[in-house]
Amino acid sequence: MAKDINVSLIGNPNTGKTSVFNLLTGLNQQVGNYPGITVERKSGVCKLPRGVKAHIIDLPGTYSLNASSLDENVVIEVLLNKKDKDYPDVAVVVSDVENLKRNLLLFTQIKDLGIPTILAINMADQMDRKGITLDIPELEKRLDTKIVLMSARKKKGIDDLKQAIASYKKVPVGSCVDVFKIDPPYFEKLQKAFPKQSLYKLWLVITQDVNFANINRNTIPDTSEFHTKKKSELKRLQQKETIKRFQFINDTLKATQTIDLAQAKGFRAQLDKILIHKVWGYVIFFAILLFIFQAIYDWSGYPADLIDSAFAWLGEKVKAIMPSGALTDMLSEGIIPGIAGVAIFIPQIAFLFLFISILEESGYMSRVVFLMDRVMRRFGLSGKSIVPLISGTACAIPAVMATRNIEDWKQRLITILVVPFTTCSARLPVYLIIISLIIPDERVAWIFGYQSLTLMALYLIGFIAALGSSWLLSKYLKMPSSNLFVVEMPNYKVPLWKNVAINVYEKTKDFVTEAGKIILAISVVLWMLASYGPGKQFNNATEIVTEANPGVVGDILENKIESHKLEHSYIGYAGKFIEPAVAPLGYDWKIGVALISSFAAREVFVGTLATIFSVGNEAETTIKNRLLTEVNPKTGKYLFNFATGISLLLFYAFAMQCMSTIAIVKRETNGWKWPIIQTIFMSGLAYVSALIAYQVLI
Amino acid sequence: MIVSLADLKQGQKGKIVSLITNNIPLKLLEMGCLPGNDVTLLHTAPFQCPMYLDVNGSHLAIRREVAREIEVEIQ
Repeated sequence: MAKDINVSLIGNPNTGKTSVFNLLTGLNQQVGNYPGITVERKSGVCKLPRGVKAHIIDLPGTYSLNASSLDENVVIEVLLNKKDKDYPDVAVVVSDVENLKRNLLLFTQIKDLGIPTILAINMADQMDRKGITLDIPELEKRLDTKIVLMSARKKKGIDDLKQAIASYKKVPVGSCVDVFKIDPPYFEKLQKAFPKQSLYKLWLVITQDVNFANINRNTIPDTSEFHTKKKSELKRLQQKETIKRFQFINDTLKATQTIDLAQAKGFRAQLDKILIHKVWGYVIFFAILLFIFQAIYDWSGYPADLIDSAFAWLGEKVKAIMPSGALTDMLSEGIIPGIAGVAIFIPQIAFLFLFISILEESGYMSRVVFLMDRVMRRFGLSGKSIVPLISGTACAIPAVMATRNIEDWKQRLITILVVPFTTCSARLPVYLIIISLIIPDERVAWIFGYQSLTLMALYLIGFIAALGSSWLLSKYLKMPSSNLFVVEMPNYKVPLWKNVAINVYEKTKDFVTEAGKIILAISVVLWMLASYGPGKQFNNATEIVTEANPGVVGDILENKIESHKLEHSYIGYAGKFIEPAVAPLGYDWKIGVALISSFAAREVFVGTLATIFSVGNEAETTIKNRLLTEVNPKTGKYLFNFATGISLLLFYAFAMQCMSTIAIVKRETNGWKWPIIQTIFMSGLAYVSALIAYQVLI
Repeated sequence: MIVSLADLKQGQKGKIVSLITNNIPLKLLEMGCLPGNDVTLLHTAPFQCPMYLDVNGSHLAIRREVAREIEVEIQ
């Protein structure tokens, strides 16, 4: 009976580790999170020769075992703890044939832990083109391991790798380089104190404790009495250790590898010349952004409309087929539109991640980071924050998910917190109707209309709020941030479509299953609040309205009944309840109701106002005219004057009014703390600025 | 002549002599930025930051203030 084995895939970023993982496991994989942190945990199953079943864990990419981020720390936690359920029977270090020198550093470290370690040299198909030759038997001897040459891209060597994993017991265990010569007295003492432990493991525990964070110690000895060295001394030793390892690697490769440099140049240098050019680099980047933006904003509109009408049709059908009653209503008006509210985001998310994966896979994303770092730094962000910030103009939800590419947790958190300030497409209908109400349709200098200038100002306000608050957050948020900026500039590659497809699929699925639940739940609650009310006013709405309006029939009567019902529903009372709070901003309870229901999605604002002012589903001009003539009974003036309008625009520009965003922020930050702080901060800013605007302008 | 890495001109090559240890992220060493290795400045972004280097065959970008902590010898 063959037993199941654990296999860890380890490697530097950009070595094609994920391609190897996808090739080994196919779609047989699961993506989750490590408990308590937002580091992705990818695992999958692979059938090996002789009936062995391998559980493959794709550990986060890292350059060494000296962790400086949460992702890298996961690698250490798994490898140090023999009782961890992911602790490997065998480790596969995936390396890239072109960067073998750098990749071998990690290999020698893993080997020192006493885990059987296979070296998989990926991208071997590039050897001829790059003029690289390797003496594999000699390299195997010097590194004391089993080596597999492979190409995940060309699907070559994968059977050899499976074979090697299956016979992992034949892989030699033990160090190939003696690094402890760097300070013999210290290490001898350490070994004497813990004779049963691997010396390298002890050393790792000590340096990690001092440099990063206390690691989880179930099976790890307490080494605190050995924290005798100063931080700077430890760092010095770590550097010596790194140098020692590189000496060994250099000697090894000198004897086993030849590179014909004449053949090596070319493609990268040519492309870099254009793509990171001081002028053209930016032009190209903004052209690409424009293209992506266009795709999310425009093209995803077609599938989104289809989804929308499909669900609307389904709701109608359910209503027609099922017996009328509370359950049918809930299904057709609460649950089905709720699911539609989740599904409608799928095209946008899929499109954004399609482009992001292509940019990542091709190696272009590192160039973007290089180009934008200088600008973004001023606001406490890094070059990588630019893509989420700009895609936020389409929708904050995929934008928040796109922050996963930012390794530094502090910068990632700040980006997540400020992204919802950028003007998303759902704000647009709200802006358009309010602008058309309060800003005259006139032009300055013949070309620019006041209305379009106002719209542009609102987009600018969004960006300024995002950058301003990230500047504030970077100043006042106290958390460790590795301000070290070392970005690898990988080779350009044609994206592997399988990797892109799996990535798009995983991200979309993640959104539907995680954030989708919350969105659906709140939609149903909001629907219930709007469809039920306490007392006679709600339940006998038809009679009351018919009596009060003798002679009124047909649609006009229907609309008046709907309006009356909404006024006396729970949400109507909620609107009246918050009226004292929103009155200083220039709003009455009707706008209050629209604000609350905007939580389902901002664009609902227009529809809710239409219902509440009993204009039904008529053309926009009707809603507009109705709003223009509405008089505020408390002040006796027109409800929609310039001051109210500006106040509403500012409120919508700043307020966190979208439960889908809250749900995704909760998902990405692994808890309610940050979405709550974010909601309070944004809504507070919205309230104060709307208040000031109204009080000054009135 | 020994200068700081930040003073290299685009396309110029040098050999790393020393690193001012405490301000250098270990990650940089792990990517091959070690004394004795060759380094070439390939590109810089506007205002000379970040800097795009080829160190010992590894291609990476670092910020200018880190580059100031690295001494290189140029012929």
